[in-house]
Amino acid sequence: MTAAATTMASPLPTDTTASAPTGLWQIAWRQLRRNRLAMVCLWILAAYTVVWVYAEGVFWNAHLRGVTPTYKISHYDIRNQPPSLAHLLGTNYAGRDNFGQVVQGTRIAYEIGLLTSLIVIPLGFVLGALAGYFGRKIDTAIVYLYSVVDSIPGILLIMAIAYVVRGAIDRSPLFQNVTRYIDSGLLAICFGMGFTGWVSLCRLIRGEYFKHRERQYVLAARALGAGDLSIMFRHILPNVAHLVIINFSLRFPGLILTEAVLSYLGVGVSDEPSWGTIINDAKQRLWLGNWWELAGATIAMFFLVLALNLFGDALRDALDPKLRTAEAKTG
Amino acid sequence: MGAYIIRRLLSVVPITLGVLLITFFLFRVIGGNPAYRIAGKNATPARIQQISHERGYDKPLFLNLQQFPHSLFDAQFPRLCGQLMRLDLGESLSTKQRVSTMLRQGFFPSLCLTVPMFMLELALAITIALFAAYFRGSWIDRGLVIVSVMAMSISALVYIMVAQYWLASEWRLFPVWGFESPYYLVLPVLIGVVAGVGGSVRFYRTVMLDEMYQDYIRTARAKGVSQPAILFRHVLRNAMIPILTNVIIAIPFLYTGALLLENFFGIPGLGRMTVTALFNGDEDVIFADVFIGSILFVIANVITDIAYTWADPRIRLK
Repeated sequence: MTAAATTMASPLPTDTTASAPTGLWQIAWRQLRRNRLAMVCLWILAAYTVVWVYAEGVFWNAHLRGVTPTYKISHYDIRNQPPSLAHLLGTNYAGRDNFGQVVQGTRIAYEIGLLTSLIVIPLGFVLGALAGYFGRKIDTAIVYLYSVVDSIPGILLIMAIAYVVRGAIDRSPLFQNVTRYIDSGLLAICFGMGFTGWVSLCRLIRGEYFKHRERQYVLAARALGAGDLSIMFRHILPNVAHLVIINFSLRFPGLILTEAVLSYLGVGVSDEPSWGTIINDAKQRLWLGNWWELAGATIAMFFLVLALNLFGDALRDALDPKLRTAEAKTG
Repeated sequence: MGAYIIRRLLSVVPITLGVLLITFFLFRVIGGNPAYRIAGKNATPARIQQISHERGYDKPLFLNLQQFPHSLFDAQFPRLCGQLMRLDLGESLSTKQRVSTMLRQGFFPSLCLTVPMFMLELALAITIALFAAYFRGSWIDRGLVIVSVMAMSISALVYIMVAQYWLASEWRLFPVWGFESPYYLVLPVLIGVVAGVGGSVRFYRTVMLDEMYQDYIRTARAKGVSQPAILFRHVLRNAMIPILTNVIIAIPFLYTGALLLENFFGIPGLGRMTVTALFNGDEDVIFADVFIGSILFVIANVITDIAYTWADPRIRLK
């Protein structure tokens, strides 16, 4: 593993004076630390994560005690108020504090990122590894599978999956325990984005396994009698795992933006305040001049997506500089 | 090369079959009997049965094993494939129109919107990317990259809502809604370009920078070729492969239109039609959409391959 790590890291400018950093992750961290923009983004992401944990706390606290969470309680006497000290981002049509809604939106955004990745990462990684490692018929079958998924317009397939899965979830008694805690609309769009999003990861991992299966360390492991599964997941996996992290950090912002579009098109989160639903609700009152509802969610979304995009780029450059062009060329 | 192209075009069969299978699986297997969606919430069991029988939903899904030899393929999926193979796209449940007529009507407004948007965005993105590549590493380049990333971090919804509210409604610079003259398309096209150009700039810049550091560029510079000539004759030409891949693959998706823009600006295109169809359980429209889409996708892939040989004579198709 170390041999492969050093060859991968070789294009990086290595510091010759200080104690030589060892391993891919230390080298990458060193480079990231020097990148001021990446560090600012990391702090922004840390702040959002704190907000997310807080929002989960609010949600679970209310849920486990069986009461209506504060962000869902309507106050009809203070509807549609502009920003003030008591309500930093004003209030919405039901007199709910818009800031509280935006905070909960952070929770939904993170949940979407995590739930979708629970589908994308295992599916994309395992299929990509199988295709790249075994080649031949397995490869042909998997490439066929993702070509088919690719040839359906993405947003249409996501919508179709989300729409149909939503109906199935609502009907099925199996999901009743789940939908008590997770909005069924949210679950449905995660299915939709998960079963379309694995393609890019699969392609990436497949390409890497193709390269790695001929590397010397793999040949050595095979000569020592290691089985295919052990080579795939114990030997090659640690050498390509960083790609999963890069792929995640670059996919996450896209998921947040897609959620907003899906909410507008009517297949989004239904019962919780996501940024998409907030923006969507704000649409109706923008015509009355209520700009604050739109502004709150937009700004929250903007900084998270921006920080993720920039940090993802920096992370990719630090972990695997060759990847940038590889990604650009395969699209 | 001819044999290669024919072989590649033949892949339309398995791809289309796969696409239909996925769509079929979604709508008939996971989604359950569509008759329930068609009949509405208060339908009697008899009505459900009647619809199921009329539209063949009571038949087996994939193979009719009960009537084994003579009508094995008298099942839902083979019938669907057979129908589409005869280029019979079926009939919309909600409007009772032929789907082919609906597609023909929606095609033009969609393309009116997406084609200018696509062209403008491409031209603008490549120009800005060349500009950034020319000033690589300087503050101009870095500024352009940051602005691009910022532009792609704002939701398309927000662009549309803000522009529609301020530019069209408050300042009355553009019409707010409708599809009556080319002027109605100006604002949607502009919004589409602004919302999309950031991502493209970033992509094309990466592609061009990659070429910038190649040996042949250094050679060209050493023998005294001017910077603009290097950019346009060498970099752009060699960056053509990834650019072409990106551009041609996007073309088949132009026909599905821009869902959001069509909805917000009341353009009666295919995007709106598809969304409406999805919510009305109008399967025939969806099947027709993905069927045509997948065929166009395969064709675009073949065209990409042919374009490669034009962009880079070293590439031979076999």
